Amino acid sequence: MCLAVPGRILSIEGDDPAFRSGRVDFAGVAKRVNLSYVPEARVGDFVLVHVGFAISTVDEAEAAKVFEYLAGMGELAELQDWENP
Amino acid sequence: MRFIDEYRDAAAAERYARAIRRITTRSWTLMEVCGGQTHAIVKFGVDALLPPEVTLVHGPGCPVCVTPLELIEKAIEIASTPGVIFCSFGDMLRVPGRTKDLLTIKSEGGDVRIVYSPLDAVAIARDNPSRQVVFFAVGFETTAPANAMAVFQAARTGVTNFSMLVSHVLVPPALEAILSSPSSRVQGFLAAGHVCTIMGYTEYEPIAAKYHVSIVVTGFEPLDILQGVYMCVKQLEDGRAEVENQYARAVRRDGNVPAQQLVREVFRIVPRKWRGVGEIPQSGFALAAPYEQFDAEIRFGIAALGVDEPTECCSGQIMQGLMKPHECPAFGTRCTPDHPLGATMVSSEGACAAYFRYRRLELAPQNGVTSRAH
Repeated sequence: MCLAVPGRILSIEGDDPAFRSGRVDFAGVAKRVNLSYVPEARVGDFVLVHVGFAISTVDEAEAAKVFEYLAGMGELAELQDWENP
Repeated sequence: MRFIDEYRDAAAAERYARAIRRITTRSWTLMEVCGGQTHAIVKFGVDALLPPEVTLVHGPGCPVCVTPLELIEKAIEIASTPGVIFCSFGDMLRVPGRTKDLLTIKSEGGDVRIVYSPLDAVAIARDNPSRQVVFFAVGFETTAPANAMAVFQAARTGVTNFSMLVSHVLVPPALEAILSSPSSRVQGFLAAGHVCTIMGYTEYEPIAAKYHVSIVVTGFEPLDILQGVYMCVKQLEDGRAEVENQYARAVRRDGNVPAQQLVREVFRIVPRKWRGVGEIPQSGFALAAPYEQFDAEIRFGIAALGVDEPTECCSGQIMQGLMKPHECPAFGTRCTPDHPLGATMVSSEGACAAYFRYRRLELAPQNGVTSRAH
C-alpha cells in the first residue's frame, strides 16, 4: 500500500500549488502526477510517486551511498582480515 | 528501472549478507514495520541470506490488514446503498466482512470501482453530480497527504457529492503498543521508509530512547533492507539505541513539510481500532471539524455501527511479531488467499499472503518450524 515508484518528470503544469501537476516517465510509461508536495522539483528530476502523488524528490548523491557504504565496509573487512589472519 | 534495478544486485546483496554475518555475535530480533518490506523480504529471500542469529518478524504496516472489521462492515453498508459509487484501492475489495466482501457487493450489482488515486474518486464525483461518490480512505502516513488533497480539492472546487470513509492509521503509536507488550521480543526496527518520507523521523527518537530500541529508517529493495539490517545489528552489537536513516535518497529528517501541513489542515488525530490488535490511543486520523461534511460515516448515518472481531484469525499476533504466518494452525489449510480468515491473507502486502505465495511448499510440511535456506 505504501508502494512508491521512481519516475522522471517530463513536464510541469499549473500555477495553483494545490493543482500543480506534471507528466512523469516510468521507464517508458508516462502518467499524470500531482506535484503539489514537491515544489522544489524541476523537469528532469526523479520523484517517488505514490497513488498519483509525488511524495519526494530522489536525492541522487544519497542514492549512490548504498554502494559507497558497501565499498567502505569491504575495505574495513579486508583490513581486519589482514590484521587477524 | 533506475533507482530499482541497481538495488537488486545479487553480488552486492551477498556482500552485505557477509558483512552482517561478520558483525553478528548474538541473537537479535528485528521487526520490519512495513508490509511492502515484508513482501520484498519473502519474495527475494532476504531472510534466507541472514545468519541464523538474526530473526526478522513482520510488523503491522499493512493498512489493508489492520483495518478493523467494523470499517469493512461500514464500507459494505455504504457500497450496498442504491445510487452510491463506492471507490477503493483494489486490495480492500476481498477483505472479508462478517458475511460478504466488497467484491460480493459488486457482483450483486453494487457500483464498486477500483481507483488508483483518491483524485480519481473526486473526478468520478465531478462527472456524476447526481450520485453520491465515496472513497475508502485507508492508509498510513504515506497515503494521508494524497487523501487530504482529495478532500481539499473537493472542498475548493465545490464537489459536494464526494465523501470519504476514513480508516487512517499512524506508525509510531503502533510501535509503542508493540514495545509496551510484556511478550514483545523486538529489539530493533526497520522503520517504514515511505512513512518517513512524509513524516521524517524525529518522532522515533523519543521511542528509541524510552524503550532502548535501535531504529533504522529503511527502504524497500533487497539492498536497502540488507543495509538496514546491517545498520540495525551494528547498533545492537554496539549497545546503541539510535534512529538512523538508511533511505536518505528519499527521506529527510523533517520529512515532507508541505505534505504535513495539508494533513494537519484536513485531519485530526483520534484513537483507532487495529484489526486483531484492538484500540490504540492517538493512533489514527479522522477528518478535522472544517471538513466533516466530507465524512461518509456522518453522511450515511453509520458512525455508531459496531462489530466484534472474529477469534480464529491470528493476524494480531503476527503483526505484533509474536508469531510467524506458518505457525498459525489455519495457515494454508482453513485460511488461503481464496478463502481468507483475515486480511493478512488477502493483501498483497500481508505477511500471510506473502508466505503463502512465495514459500508455501517449503513451509507447509513442517508447520511450526521456521525453515531456512542454509
